[in-house]
Amino acid sequence: MEIKGAYRIAATREQVWAALNDPEILKKCLPGCEKLEREGDNAFTATIKTKVGPVSARFSGAVTLQDLDPPNAYRIVGEGKGGVAGFAKGGARVTLRDDAGATVLQYDAEAKVGGKLAQIGSRLILGTARKLADDFFKKFSETVAPGTAAEKVALDAEGQAS
Amino acid sequence: MTDMSIGRAVKRTEDLRFITGKGHYLDDFSRPHQTYAAFVRSPHAHAEIKKINKTKALKVPGVVAVLTGDELAADKIGTLICGWVIKGKDGSPHKAPPHPALATKKVRYVGDHVAVVIGETLDAAKDGAEAVEVEYRTLPAAVDTASAHKPGQPQLHAEAPNNLCYDWEIGDRAKVDAAFSGAAHAVKLQFVNNRLVPNAIEPRAALADYDTGSGEFTLYTTSQNPHVARLVLSAFIGIAPEHKLRVIAPDVGGGFGSKIFIYAEETVALWAARKIGRPVKWTAERSESFVSDAHGRDHVTTAELATDKDGKFLAMRVNTVANLGAYLSTFASAVPTYLYATLLAGQYKTPLIYCDVQGVFTNTTPVDAYRGAGRPEATYVVERLVEEMAAKLKIAPDELRRRNFVQANEFPYTTPVIHQYDCGDFQRAQREALRVADVAGFAQRKADAKKRGKLRGLGYSSYIEACGIAPSAAVGSLGGGVGLWESATIRFNPTGNVSIHVGTHSHGQSHQTTFAQVVADRLGVPFESVEIVEGDTARTPFGMGTYGSRSAAVGLSAVSKAADKIVEKGKKIAGHLLEAAPQDIEFRDGKFRVMGTDKEVGIAQVAFAAYVPHNYPKDLEPGFEETAFYDPLNFSFPAGTHVAEVEIDPETGTTEIVNYSAVDDFGTIINPMIVEGQVHGGIVQGVGQALLEGAVYDADGQLASGSYMDYTMPRADNVPSFKVETIVVPSPLNPLGVKGCGEAGAIAAPAAVMNAVHDALRAVGVDKVEMPATPHRVWSAIRNAKKKAAK
Repeated sequence: MEIKGAYRIAATREQVWAALNDPEILKKCLPGCEKLEREGDNAFTATIKTKVGPVSARFSGAVTLQDLDPPNAYRIVGEGKGGVAGFAKGGARVTLRDDAGATVLQYDAEAKVGGKLAQIGSRLILGTARKLADDFFKKFSETVAPGTAAEKVALDAEGQAS
Repeated sequence: MTDMSIGRAVKRTEDLRFITGKGHYLDDFSRPHQTYAAFVRSPHAHAEIKKINKTKALKVPGVVAVLTGDELAADKIGTLICGWVIKGKDGSPHKAPPHPALATKKVRYVGDHVAVVIGETLDAAKDGAEAVEVEYRTLPAAVDTASAHKPGQPQLHAEAPNNLCYDWEIGDRAKVDAAFSGAAHAVKLQFVNNRLVPNAIEPRAALADYDTGSGEFTLYTTSQNPHVARLVLSAFIGIAPEHKLRVIAPDVGGGFGSKIFIYAEETVALWAARKIGRPVKWTAERSESFVSDAHGRDHVTTAELATDKDGKFLAMRVNTVANLGAYLSTFASAVPTYLYATLLAGQYKTPLIYCDVQGVFTNTTPVDAYRGAGRPEATYVVERLVEEMAAKLKIAPDELRRRNFVQANEFPYTTPVIHQYDCGDFQRAQREALRVADVAGFAQRKADAKKRGKLRGLGYSSYIEACGIAPSAAVGSLGGGVGLWESATIRFNPTGNVSIHVGTHSHGQSHQTTFAQVVADRLGVPFESVEIVEGDTARTPFGMGTYGSRSAAVGLSAVSKAADKIVEKGKKIAGHLLEAAPQDIEFRDGKFRVMGTDKEVGIAQVAFAAYVPHNYPKDLEPGFEETAFYDPLNFSFPAGTHVAEVEIDPETGTTEIVNYSAVDDFGTIINPMIVEGQVHGGIVQGVGQALLEGAVYDADGQLASGSYMDYTMPRADNVPSFKVETIVVPSPLNPLGVKGCGEAGAIAAPAAVMNAVHDALRAVGVDKVEMPATPHRVWSAIRNAKKKAAK
């Protein structure tokens, strides 16, 4: 399941890295996020409301930051229970690269759902996950470099940001 | 002579209420102070339950109770059973891991029942279910049928190592192997019989009530067999003693087997009703039905056929791995064994047959009988092998069959796989089918289609099946836990009309009409004066229900026997009234007449005399009511030939069925319109399996085809107008000579359609397409064959 993308952000790598680890910013940018609270060093609890096809659900669960390699890369992983709708799991590997004073952020994500969401929304999950990831990183880019529009970067044949 | 008699296309009397919205389906029923149940189901295919937290759920307004598996077990409610013990190759009984109605330590399929929330309203119950917090520790899932019993797979049950329920066989392996080594020709096929979701239009439902004053339970349930449900719930699950449990199945909107079984929901509803002291009602939502109704089919098979140089069948060798799902459902063990392998002789005189079946557990919805139950799977094996052999030997497929048919003068014919066919005329049915399908004109139609860039194919399915289940001693000897007889009470009222109370239960089979036709005919009473009563353990004698195309062959045989008793008693009463000896009385057209005279009395008068016995034989009991129980002498064997003609568009892979012809022998036909309807319905389900349907699980055990957006149901434009005819070879083994017709279409059609698809595609180098032969699969197969040819 391919959910990949990249954005050029008009900010330094250090600034982008800090924002990636800031719960206030993460909460603002995660679509449908109602709550994001720090639990530990790299762990948060979150409540996110989202819709996959005809099934809406409120997911409560944990978000953790893993494999931290500041200020270059990390993995952000979330796992939430959606009540009767089922569960959702997702994660993204995020890498940062300098680009003439700006930063190219690249993400590579995967998502899995189970229960009623999978039953009814299987075919829609890829599209929904792509949109959610894109919405998050777009908002994130605009938040970190206010006043600038998020600039999407094309990926080459190997999936690398050019 | 009444107009309403056997053989007439009498219009259905049940239609008035069904098409004017006046049917009484389960969801239409309510009891005072009733509550509603919503089940909490596992979203994981395989997981340990670490904790169930009810606290938030109990605080939701309107929630009356939240109940779990531990509480169910503490109240000593037993587990759901499988009623047929299969013995493996080593003689040991199959592994029967417990199947709790509410899971305790582990969940084993997506949809598995974890808890039930009872609410004042349905919304309160659903809100409560939303608030139940379950902590799971997920486990890897075993999902693939073929590999589930191989080493290294996630284990579902401690009681079933390697997820193997049984390893069963039938036939002499050594003799079959020897026949293969000496044979001139052999073909080998490997294929899947795709998993299906039953999709009865009415979802399952239950309404349970416990009367604290009398200690009696009443269960309304969408069951095909209320007495069997009562027996199982009482004797095995321990809800209540049988005499304190009334089970009512009102109008039921389709079942196809899925409503035979005793499920968690009605079990839990009964237990909860007593626990909370109020009625509990549950109706499935469609997405629940998808994961909780027993699924059908799901076999992976390797099959081989050996012939001599002239195409005479010498031997057949089959291995099947059958997916039973996460737990054994009520009849699951028998479907891929005794309802399957015993049909591998087909209509042919193959002398040696060997089949072994591994029944496996996987983290998927339990699998059990679904329209045809084992016989569609067997017909697919036999008829695909026959047609591949015909292609290999370059013998016309119908001719190859003729060289091997059991001849009309060779009955009764004992197959090498237990069944003894009573009668039939396979050649005649095939001959008529060739005519109806205009096989002679096919070559021209195929050439014309080719000019238009289309591929036409013709496929046959000469099926036979075993239904009218079944002789009790026979099923008992094979491991069946019940007898499969049937019952009927014929009760005349003083005013001459009559009610028939039977143990079968129509859920689309038109008993209200056809049973009345038979009674009207036998007893010479007006059709309108006959009432058929089914589906209520308080109103009917014990019966085994409706499935396996048994209601006519077994149920009507019981009615016929009861009618014999009525006539016998009537003769005694008439004799008294007419001052003649009973042996001098003949009964015809509703009248008892002294033979050779015109002294007669009508059956209505006789009935009245029995209830107002002022002028009545001294030694005869009053009343005019007789009961009969009938145990069939054998299965019944409907058979026939279906011919499918398809046209495939190689650009899109779309398969159009341009013609479909069916010539079936169902024995005596009671109502040709209803029989035709049954055949139509069965064929459409068979076409669904062949071209459209298929339950798909992903590698994690999630049901990906869990709604009608992804599970393709057949629609009117997927099928042509069928050409349906019958030949009649009455069975000598039951009073009416009927054989049963409810499942034949679903049994024959997948093979007919897929043989046609393979016939069409052979011309472009494709040798295999699996069911469902979706446009994508067909298109890909054509493309791959082109690539291979290009190399």
